[in-house]
Amino acid sequence: MTDTATNPGVDVLTPVLSEHWGTENSWKLSRYETTGGYRALRRALDMQPADVISLVKEANLRGRGGAGFPTGMKWSFVPQDNPNPKYLVVNADESEPGTCKDMPLMMASPHTLVEGVIISAFAINAHTAFIYCRGEVLHIIRRLQQAVREAYAAGYLGKNILGTGYDLDIIVHAGAGAYICGEETALLDSLEGRRGQPRLRPPFPAVAGLYASPTVVNNVESIASVPSIIANGAAWFQAMGTEKSKGFTLYSLSGHVKHPGQFEAPLGITLRELIELGGGVREGHELKFFTPGGSSTPILTAESLDIPLDYEGMAGAGSMLGTKALQVFDETTSVVRTTLRWVEFYKHESCGKCTPCREGTWWLVQLLMRFEAGTAEEGDIEKMLDACDNIGGRSFCALADGAVAATTSAVKHFRHEFEQGYHTPAWELFPYEKSAVFATDGAAR
Amino acid sequence: MSGHFVSDFPDSGAVDYSDQSSNIDETTISELRELAGRYPQARSALLPMLHLVQSVDGRVSPRGIEVCADVLGISTAQVSGVATFYTMYKRRPAGKHHVGVCTTALCAVMGGDMLLDRAKKRLGIDEGQTTADGQVSLERLECNAACDFAPVVMVNWEYFDNMTPETTDALLDALMSDQEVSSPRGATLTSWRAAERVLAGFPDGRADEGPSAGPASLVGLELARENDWRAPDPDNLPKPATKDEEAK
Amino acid sequence: MSVDAKIATSEVEPAPKLVTLTIDGTEVSVPEGTLIIRAAEMVGTNIPRFCDHPLLDPIGACRQCMVEIPDAGNGRGFPKPQASCTMPVAQGMKVNTQVSSPVAEKAQRGMLEFLLINHPLDCPICDKGGECPLQNQSLSHGAGESRFGMAKRTFPKPINISAQILLDRERCVLCARCTRFSDEISGDPFIALVERGALQQVGFYEDDPYDSYFSGNVVQICPVGALTSAAYRFQSRPFDLVSTTTTCEHCAAGCELRTDHRHHQVKRRLAGEDPEVNEEWSCDKGRFGFMYGRGEDRITRPLVRRDGVLQPASWPEAIDAAVDGLRAAGSAVGVQTGGRLTVENAYAYSRFARAVLGTNNIDFRSRPHSAEEAEFIAARVAGRSLAESVTNLDLEKADHVVLVAFEPEDESPLVFLRLRKANRKNGLKVTTLAPFSSRGSDKLNAELLQVAPGGEAAALDSLELDSGAVILVGERAGVLPGLLTAVAAKADASGARLAWIPRRAGDMGAIEAGCLPNLLPAGRPLDDAAARVDVSSAWGGTPISAEPGLSAVEQFAAAASGDLKALILAGVDPADLADPAAALAGLEGADFVVSIEQRQSAVTERANVVFPAALVEEQAGHFINWEHRERPVALVNRANRTPMTDLRIIAALGDALGSELGFRTPADAFADLTELGTWEGARPSGPKVADGGVPEGHVVSSWRELLDASSGNDYELALRATARPAVVRVSPATAAQLGLGDVASVSVGDAKVELAVMVTNSMADNVVWVPANPGVGSGDRLPAVVGSPVTVQAVNAEEGVQA
Repeated sequence: MTDTATNPGVDVLTPVLSEHWGTENSWKLSRYETTGGYRALRRALDMQPADVISLVKEANLRGRGGAGFPTGMKWSFVPQDNPNPKYLVVNADESEPGTCKDMPLMMASPHTLVEGVIISAFAINAHTAFIYCRGEVLHIIRRLQQAVREAYAAGYLGKNILGTGYDLDIIVHAGAGAYICGEETALLDSLEGRRGQPRLRPPFPAVAGLYASPTVVNNVESIASVPSIIANGAAWFQAMGTEKSKGFTLYSLSGHVKHPGQFEAPLGITLRELIELGGGVREGHELKFFTPGGSSTPILTAESLDIPLDYEGMAGAGSMLGTKALQVFDETTSVVRTTLRWVEFYKHESCGKCTPCREGTWWLVQLLMRFEAGTAEEGDIEKMLDACDNIGGRSFCALADGAVAATTSAVKHFRHEFEQGYHTPAWELFPYEKSAVFATDGAAR
Repeated sequence: MSGHFVSDFPDSGAVDYSDQSSNIDETTISELRELAGRYPQARSALLPMLHLVQSVDGRVSPRGIEVCADVLGISTAQVSGVATFYTMYKRRPAGKHHVGVCTTALCAVMGGDMLLDRAKKRLGIDEGQTTADGQVSLERLECNAACDFAPVVMVNWEYFDNMTPETTDALLDALMSDQEVSSPRGATLTSWRAAERVLAGFPDGRADEGPSAGPASLVGLELARENDWRAPDPDNLPKPATKDEEAK
Repeated sequence: MSVDAKIATSEVEPAPKLVTLTIDGTEVSVPEGTLIIRAAEMVGTNIPRFCDHPLLDPIGACRQCMVEIPDAGNGRGFPKPQASCTMPVAQGMKVNTQVSSPVAEKAQRGMLEFLLINHPLDCPICDKGGECPLQNQSLSHGAGESRFGMAKRTFPKPINISAQILLDRERCVLCARCTRFSDEISGDPFIALVERGALQQVGFYEDDPYDSYFSGNVVQICPVGALTSAAYRFQSRPFDLVSTTTTCEHCAAGCELRTDHRHHQVKRRLAGEDPEVNEEWSCDKGRFGFMYGRGEDRITRPLVRRDGVLQPASWPEAIDAAVDGLRAAGSAVGVQTGGRLTVENAYAYSRFARAVLGTNNIDFRSRPHSAEEAEFIAARVAGRSLAESVTNLDLEKADHVVLVAFEPEDESPLVFLRLRKANRKNGLKVTTLAPFSSRGSDKLNAELLQVAPGGEAAALDSLELDSGAVILVGERAGVLPGLLTAVAAKADASGARLAWIPRRAGDMGAIEAGCLPNLLPAGRPLDDAAARVDVSSAWGGTPISAEPGLSAVEQFAAAASGDLKALILAGVDPADLADPAAALAGLEGADFVVSIEQRQSAVTERANVVFPAALVEEQAGHFINWEHRERPVALVNRANRTPMTDLRIIAALGDALGSELGFRTPADAFADLTELGTWEGARPSGPKVADGGVPEGHVVSSWRELLDASSGNDYELALRATARPAVVRVSPATAAQLGLGDVASVSVGDAKVELAVMVTNSMADNVVWVPANPGVGSGDRLPAVVGSPVTVQAVNAEEGVQA
């Protein structure tokens, strides 16, 4: 494999963000600078902020946090005539099941993010930026705190950055355990010291976000991609990816594959290619189903192995690219059990604000527990699907849609397994120990 | 067999008023004020402040709620609303080491369920409890963004990757007997309270411990190295595919 | 903004821009910004809702009001149903509600099912049953049987979130109306949503219960039976109640109430809906303070003192006895009417004093007062119409409101809510001239101009005000020499508007009725001959004496010295006056005292004849609120225990004295006063009193907090339990200077009380703030006249004083 079907002329893997992850002390400023770090910042500070926005727009960088909204366009929505301060908030609350790309990025190369933050904040004329990182990842927060301290000491942050007259402060903020804070308006409420519950939109954060001031919220990977775009240009970025999904991205492969991990590739690679890169499905087993972009994206089966993993390809397959978090499950896995555990996750993480999510996930979990225990009754599938119909698209934010997507896609592809739940426990159909990674090959993978 | 569905909540709605003990002193209060001063609007510091309260009291204590409310000029009910919203805030004292086992779908399927059962038995406690000697507390975690290292266990918010029943036992034994333990992707363990202090925004100087990345994080990178795959050279870009070609 | 636009917006209020949309096929035009849910009401469609409340910020939490929007006005529709309570209308929008859209109907039905899965089936014992939006919805749109049939969420029930308010979390649908009310409207976020997900619930902090002056509103706006009051819990089914729209009798706001009674006993009171007065809110005193007439101390029969003992008597006996005493006194009689009468009752006393007794000795002010105040009222307050006055809506539109000797949250709670709304919605700037920044001031984001009592005039003078400003002055200003003079002068000099806000419901009506020694009815100055002729001719030619009457304090002094022979007192508590001992001495010294009262009091104890008067709920009439707005009082309880109103009693006395009063029903009295018409002549120029300045030494600052042990709150124990703890407030420097610890003894004159000390950072030095309420601390009731000298001493806790 030298290139992929969707990316002729471009290598299969294109490490940019991850390029220096393996190097010793990769998280230190001194090391980052030796590999060209902060050169993009100097270039950006020589530009007009509006030109930085134009360049990112031209590159067509789309948000890497799930929704895929064009980053440059988001920045251009910030009303510069608004007298309030502007804020940049990095969404580092990575919590979507399956998603595990931002954490290694911030641990191995926090300065890539910090440099991206400074450039992005400069572009939208912000003088305070926040990195809102989920709280349960101590060492990553240590590295972020240290990177920011180093950047201040080197004159990349604070007053009069590199003598340009531009001022910026970065605050590293630890969350406290709430998936919903990955939703940008809930994140803003949380960052204001409140319960992380989503806000009404409009007003959109670009107009009235943090402290009711114009605010841009971007995913870690999106912001971290900015320095490379500044350094190498829009055409370079556009040389990777598919027609409407440009650039490189981090694909996270997890589950029943030989070598799960991070794969930085141009957008549009297929799961078949990724699984191949990951050494294939674990020995002696075969793919049963997968999520293309975290648990909120409807599951797909082997027949979708060759669809490009880009925004359009996944939408065309009835799913979503989401966070490009591919969770692979083999034939030992009970779909009913997996669905229950996802829906339990959504029930646990529901903020409680709106009725369908709060009450609907409560109901779905109890129904799914009956399917798992083999005590569901004839008609429960229809009841469950009808409850899903009453939740989906009716709730305040997209959280409950994740529970609905998991449930309805599972029934769509594996209805018979739910029917078996009318009489047989899932653990009898799919002995759970067989799915455990250490069941077959012990501690060593 | 997830089995953690409950429907009766006699003690919900507040922190534990029955335990009014607290170690919060003037130093803590001045640190809380310092945190409040770091933000454009003081209330933004509430989450870090509650982390600091936990680092001092081992949980969110009633006194901690009251002090935060006082420092920020908001009501105790508002602080309580925040303290009870986020799962990292504990109502009862956590152990010296706080262990979490991920049991969200992928980790559960990959063995997390079995690890949690094992940990319960090994420690002789249920999830949400602390061992009698106060050494270890245990909880069920939702996804911790390390799925490529599944199944994962966290101790004091540090990663322990690709766990097996055997490695879990060894880890728990080491924690119970106070041996030095290091995270394979982090620092040497101190204590849960010390970890909470870092989360509050007071670094402990351990950022340089541990590797730059875990093995799974480097799988793609190593493949690229082996195959000499790299991003295009900006000075020598591949000829862009024309619209017509892509349309096909 | 262009120059033209500036002119346009400053000169005329722009007509709202209309937006035309189609709802269920019916075209409707509504003002831009209208939410779909309210636009639908315009075409007669009620979209079901729980969280939506027109006076609260939209939240979109319950999702009950889903509608289908096939066209958002831009030619594109929404693929999924939308919440109609959060989305504003758009030109050309098409909305299909449950009336025409099966999708919307199913979405709503599904939402109702979700709300019911964890809702207990305890409607038969729920106070809300019969008036419950959830119950109504379920009956009209819900399924007959539940598809759920699994484990419901259970919590212990109910829990007290305050002495008055109980919370049943199982019934709660988490609409957040209560928490939004507390946070947005009253500014008392002592309840908040806690926990999350399916466990989310309304919560509070154990040591800080939901003691808000406005807590009862959350019971009223709760769309289910989750919030109930200790007062009404299990008292009645809603369908057994008879509702009457009336006006609250407590303060000068004149809130509309819906009073519900069963078997001729009032069971509860709800805030009525009057956008120009109380919107849809009431304070807890108005809502719960209606039990005062239920005690053993209620007087139901006339009493006549025989051989030194008050004994029950028949009405003719009592009237004869009163007539004998009053005949003997001639015109050496003083009349005091208190602040709680309807305007009709007050007018009866006013005409009785002037036309029957032939005296101007009449005063409604049963509180500290001054001649300067009477002059100020005659010049600046009396005889105004609503159109001439500052109104609630004016406060909402003002640029700047200055509070002088006025603490709205305690002294006029609905004015407080209006100011808070104006601050929150329109950015109204509030400045308070006070010794410290009170909780109420903080909630108004008011700027504190720190003054010790007596320093207000100088501080006011330093303010830059213009015609966009409003000065609100409280009744406490009357005892600070020169302050009312200065307030009037400042208003004149700056163009700022001025309103005087008294505390009691009957105060403004008493002024219009002429219950002041210097003032005839309808704003007519006594010292104006034309005014006297006016009134005299209206009253059948009886001459009106030109001799100024005596104020309440002067009446007591004159009675004590023998210059006055008789006193007629209605609703006066001597303890409310600046010098209670002097008032009691007056009562003791008078030859003859007639007391017209509802309940036994210090006055009835000393009276020669006592007439039982009807409660407000037992009669009709009007109050006039601080805006000069007529507020109708309706007869709620027809099975009254004391059928005679003050007016009827006075009319009977007039008849017996051989001089007819001219009316004997409220309607006739109101017509008589209205017929008198407005005063077209010159108004008095007002007082010219020099600024007294700040006295030397430690001085009292004080006002009356809303909830206390006053008789109006009697027999409503839960209400009184939510009162603020009584404290004495001093500045840190003063506390240090006086060596104060946790408890202090505070002395004013001979009275002494021990109170907990609250060192208050924003407090002016040398000022000692104490509540003016009865029943605070341990010891005497302080005659807490603002500006009087005070002594404060530390109390050693070892002496066993209750803190």
